Amino acid sequence: MTTAGLRRGLLRGRRPLPRRYVPVLVTTGLLIAMFAAGGVRYENFATGQIVLNVFVDNAYLLVVAIGMTFVILTGGIDLSVGSVIALSTMVSATLISDGWAPLPVIGLVLLMGALLGLGMGAIIQYFEIQPFIVTLAGMFLARGLCYVINTESVKITDPLIVALGETHVPLGPELWVSPSVIIALVVLLAAIYVLQYTRFGRGVYAVGGSEQSALLMGLPVARTKMAVYTISGFCSALGGVLFAFYTLSGWSLHALGTELDAIAAVVIGGTLLTGGYGYLFGTVLGVLVLGLIQTILNFEGTLSAWWTKIVIGLLLFAFILLQRLIGARGGQAPPTPS
Amino acid sequence: MAAPEPILRMRGIGKQFPGVRALDGVDFRLLPGEVHALMGENGAGKSTLIKVLTGVYEIDAGQIELAGRPVAFSSPLAAQQAGISTVYQEVNLCTNLTVAENIFAGREPRRMGRILWREMRRRAAELLARLEIDVDVTAPLSSCSLAVQQMVAIARAVDIDARVLILDEPTSSLDAGEVAQLFRVMRRLKDQGIAILFVSHFLDQVYEIADRMTVLRNGRLVGEYRTAELPQVELVAKMIGRELAELKALEDRPPEPDGAPLIEARELSRTGAIQPFSLTIHRGEVLGLAGLLGSGRTELARLLFGADHATSGTLRVDGKETALRTPRAAMGHGIAFCSENRRAEGLVPGLTVRENLLLALQATRGWARPLPRARQEELVEKYINALNIRPADPEQLVRNLSGGNQQKVLLARWLILEPRLLILDEPTRGIDVGAKTEIQRLVAELSGGGMAVLFVSAELEEVLRLSHRVGVLRDRRLVAELENGEQLTTDRLMETIASGAAS
Repeated sequence: MTTAGLRRGLLRGRRPLPRRYVPVLVTTGLLIAMFAAGGVRYENFATGQIVLNVFVDNAYLLVVAIGMTFVILTGGIDLSVGSVIALSTMVSATLISDGWAPLPVIGLVLLMGALLGLGMGAIIQYFEIQPFIVTLAGMFLARGLCYVINTESVKITDPLIVALGETHVPLGPELWVSPSVIIALVVLLAAIYVLQYTRFGRGVYAVGGSEQSALLMGLPVARTKMAVYTISGFCSALGGVLFAFYTLSGWSLHALGTELDAIAAVVIGGTLLTGGYGYLFGTVLGVLVLGLIQTILNFEGTLSAWWTKIVIGLLLFAFILLQRLIGARGGQAPPTPS
Repeated sequence: MAAPEPILRMRGIGKQFPGVRALDGVDFRLLPGEVHALMGENGAGKSTLIKVLTGVYEIDAGQIELAGRPVAFSSPLAAQQAGISTVYQEVNLCTNLTVAENIFAGREPRRMGRILWREMRRRAAELLARLEIDVDVTAPLSSCSLAVQQMVAIARAVDIDARVLILDEPTSSLDAGEVAQLFRVMRRLKDQGIAILFVSHFLDQVYEIADRMTVLRNGRLVGEYRTAELPQVELVAKMIGRELAELKALEDRPPEPDGAPLIEARELSRTGAIQPFSLTIHRGEVLGLAGLLGSGRTELARLLFGADHATSGTLRVDGKETALRTPRAAMGHGIAFCSENRRAEGLVPGLTVRENLLLALQATRGWARPLPRARQEELVEKYINALNIRPADPEQLVRNLSGGNQQKVLLARWLILEPRLLILDEPTRGIDVGAKTEIQRLVAELSGGGMAVLFVSAELEEVLRLSHRVGVLRDRRLVAELENGEQLTTDRLMETIASGAAS
């Protein structure tokens, strides 16, 4: 319902806009404003390829943020995604340079990511440990495993992977995207379908709304919670594969801090950190906002790369406050116990 | 109405918890198409009976028959599948989802695994229309009032083919209009032949909706009655467990206070907690608050302490209008509040008696100015002696003290502040007789010394013995303010509680 719901919400016009769409709309407005500002300030900025380049550069982040959205919708968090990306690039690069065929390697890496996620989900569910702690452990574990495999960067020279990394899929005159973008968009559409049109997807929202209630309503809470971490693990591994396409290498220090970028993208996209509210469409916008900040700073040229972090930090503050305000207006005072 | 076969029959139900016999040989039956109220004071065994019925607890003795067949449920889900659905006081739904989703969550109509949203909305709308609930099924549940949320919960419950519907205090956070709406829905369900078990502390509501009622007291069955044949006063007597004639007035009344108004509340209220009330408390006066559990006693007290915000009305302290926004502000005006729930809200069990005693005093001084040790010991010794706290060891951990002595520690903590108004919420509940009389004596002494006391208690004798005036609460409304004199007896108090008017 993300895009369709948004459109319907806009078309209804007369009716006051449902509050749950406000964060998404704010992010949309922000994105348009940023793009317009860039277009006014720099020549050659307001072109289609600039937007497409944001997709090309951040396809892996989009996939990871999609997995993160599932987790955050249940009220959890996954800090391991950046390390799983690095581990995935490392495993892929090492196995391929050892002479394995690329496709089985990719399959293996995806399975590894999913299993890692499932393991963390099971620990979170059955030992009732905070997701923060469990995935923090997963983060150290995956990053550490990278160094066990190799402390140096490993180059990928396999022709198929190089082709996937360097092919330009033409979209029109002077417009192109990489195959990774198409993979990311397929994942996005599948994820939107799952969240909106399956019992599992609605269960994710229900668990995020109130785990206790979901349990009493007879929903499979344990299965849902473990599934979201599995999805996140899978998405991180896939993100790692896309990252390997992008950089044509495996390295222990790849994607340092990407977990925080993914969380920032999800939050800027309007998903509530406490769970239950948010749309994947917003996550796409969040990723675009982060990517566009980077692009603008590149155009500016003279500014230090740390300005990206500063702007993201300020945006996060603003969006968390916005969520708080919306939440405060919507919240009912809990009844006083007698 | 010829009595039809009961849909549900419970016989000789017993349930033992460590140290407590929660249910003892209780019989209960529920007829199809009736609203049956389960009545009793707190701790009478109402919720235990419901939990036994819905499979939360196992029974130790007795049997349960549903539609003539013996049953034993291992979980609420199993009970639900057998046709016994429960709607609790707190609505157990997901407020972030739409109304339709909440009704169908986990049972959404699907084709090839794809949720049919249109079909789901249509069926939800149909279901709610059948119950005459007018609500947009695509609206998020959080945008609905609590009453509508409650009814959505009921709609969900009855759609799972319920034959027995248990409503555990569904009305406690609803206003009058919402209650009427709920009752309309209940009557419709009753007409469809569903048996409804209804629990409420509001006597008026019980008399409005229930056909029959079963009264429990201390885990035992008192009796089953037709609502029409049991006057309210008799019901209250059966719940409390004393014949009216036996209750007589007590001899020693406290002396008249002679002080200026300390606190004046004008039309103070809090939506969902207590209706507007006006109340004045004078210096040196003990004002008692009487009423059944859930009648709004604690809510009223919390408003005066600033623990909750008033939604309307004004409050004057010493004749000056003040908004008590926080307990800290109230403490600044010399108001102290000794809470009902001493374990959860008052004492810190892992700290010593001395530390607990000095907590509030230290808080008012601020952490930067610690109290000198010598002064601490002096104060602690004084209050341990004054209140006769046993054991008289300031370094003993509070969790090792008996309930009565814990209560005294909590009381002493506030007394150290030398408040001008002391609010005592059920100070004597659950403590032994000796400690009880000591606390009562202390209250009398304090008011003699000029302190105003708001004394909340479920025990009418206690309220009468100590109070100069008695405020009577019922259904979250202050229904009467009675001067405590010769004419005021527990009899009359009970009648006032039952009838809701000062007679």
